Amino acid sequence: MSAPYVVRDSMTMLRRNLRHLSRYPSMALMLIAIPVVFLLMFVYVLGGTLGAGLPVAGGGTRADYLTYIVPGIWVMTIASVANGTAVSVAIDQTGGMFARFRTMDIARVSVLTGHVLGAVTRTVLGLSVMILFAVALGFRSDAGPAGWLGAAGLVLLLAFSFTWLTVAMGLAAGSVETASNTPLVLMVLPFVSSGFVPTEQMPAGLRHFAEHQPFTPIIETLRALTAGTPVGSDGWLAVGWCVAIGLAGYLWARRQLGKVPVR
Amino acid sequence: MTTAHTPGAAAPGRLTAPAIEVTGLHKSFGAHHVLDGVDLAVPAGTVYALLGPNGAGKTTMVNILSTLLTADAGELRVAGHDLRRESSRVRAAIGVTGQFSAIDMFLTGRENLRLMADLTHLDRATAARDVTALLDRFDLADAADRRTLTWSGGMQRRLDLAMTLITRPRLIFLDEPTTGLDPRSRREVWRVVREQVADGVTVLLTTQYLEEADALADRVGVLDAGRLVAEGTPAELKAQVPGESTNLDDVFLALTGHTVAATDPAAADPSTDTTQEMTAR
Ligand SMILES: Nc1ncnc2c1ncn2[C@@H]1O[C@H](COP(=O)(O)OP(=O)(O)O)[C@@H](O)[C@H]1O
Ligand SMILES: [Mg+2]
Repeated sequence: MSAPYVVRDSMTMLRRNLRHLSRYPSMALMLIAIPVVFLLMFVYVLGGTLGAGLPVAGGGTRADYLTYIVPGIWVMTIASVANGTAVSVAIDQTGGMFARFRTMDIARVSVLTGHVLGAVTRTVLGLSVMILFAVALGFRSDAGPAGWLGAAGLVLLLAFSFTWLTVAMGLAAGSVETASNTPLVLMVLPFVSSGFVPTEQMPAGLRHFAEHQPFTPIIETLRALTAGTPVGSDGWLAVGWCVAIGLAGYLWARRQLGKVPVR
Repeated sequence: MTTAHTPGAAAPGRLTAPAIEVTGLHKSFGAHHVLDGVDLAVPAGTVYALLGPNGAGKTTMVNILSTLLTADAGELRVAGHDLRRESSRVRAAIGVTGQFSAIDMFLTGRENLRLMADLTHLDRATAARDVTALLDRFDLADAADRRTLTWSGGMQRRLDLAMTLITRPRLIFLDEPTTGLDPRSRREVWRVVREQVADGVTVLLTTQYLEEADALADRVGVLDAGRLVAEGTPAELKAQVPGESTNLDDVFLALTGHTVAATDPAAADPSTDTTQEMTAR
């Protein structure tokens, strides 16, 4: 298979993926609606109380809390979109489309790159909505262009890495229903990180877990980048986790590409 | 052949070469020997029907010959290429319509065909022409711009076949292409098979109906519990069955000494994993 076809076939698959998105925008909207609801709930229902507990002089306000949770909400948005990726991969796997593609003389990777590029596109759209939404609610940032560029880079890296992981989950699922459930763990884990409350306020065992799970350095890095404060060692940890998760997902996905659906 | 081949336009000299050559094919899933030493030769430009009940190993056979699964043992050549070492050349020559419709339910019929045309690297004009022609030929033109999710099972099945044909294969695998179809759709599929063969295409189909094998095939192989227990022209096979019956049960009883229902120990077991790992390539 020659190189031009890798690009051409991948573009064909990406077009297919984006067409699905344009045909069923409600599916994508649902996925973005979940973090939007969480944002509203946390800021307006819990924000006053949780803001007061923030480690700022004299206790924080609702506005401080908004600023505090925005990075966590972005991570949730990425996880939510990735959930949709697992579902669409599982539909192709159980519905026989992957098997059909595999009997054709096309660039092998294109079968997955369509899903991966489509997912990254959906993530960028989802995050844009989320940023606008947060700004509308009063989110302000002191960071300069470098900080925002760094944040955008990390967010893309995370999206890429979650996408490969959920592609693998979708292939492994065996049913569309399972595929929509497995990635929920990615939605829940941010709650047990520094995303919504500082880890210092958690009980010892939980705190230990929260401080060492991948979401905490990722969220801390995003928080520092968008606030214009120093990133410190969290930056490398965040990038390292993203690369590790993405690579594991990629290898897992590749191993499963040879599966034939049995009906 | 030195020049790039045109699908469907094999050189005249190749027409007599076997499109499928299989010797000593074995495949097991765990301890279950699904294919237990199958030999098979299908001359190019002919129709071969694999006849067998549920669980006989028909789909496994098609999956192996279409590069989806790897065999445990056996010498296998498809469309003149070694199945293992030249799998991408095999893929360029074949088209597969599986036992269950594999179409994109989120797209329209036209878009499904267009997707296959794009992946076959047809140029725009050719793709557009072939899409329209196939939609007409399969009586799908009226529904062409509706999502296939809303289509009937028969329409989905016909679209699947059209998606296979638009890739211009020289060898087509059809796994139970008419199971569950109404008589009209079945006749339509039969007509398509005959037209393809008239164009020099080779067809390997699987079926549970002796009547279908009789109507279409040049040769029929009876697959029972992973072995080809009988092979020949439809007339030769029917001659082995006492009386006038073309009932598969009777054929089986005559050829295997047992009835169809008694052949598949695993068919009653729905607990198997829904997917199967292929040997890494
Ligand atoms: N992936 C698999 N894992 C385990 N057993 C399988 C698998 N695929 C098929 N089988 C078994 O192999 C036998 C033949 O199956 P199959 O080739 O689908 O038969 P047919 O298409 O003739 O109905 C059946 O008993 C089936 O249960
Ligand atoms: Mg079958």
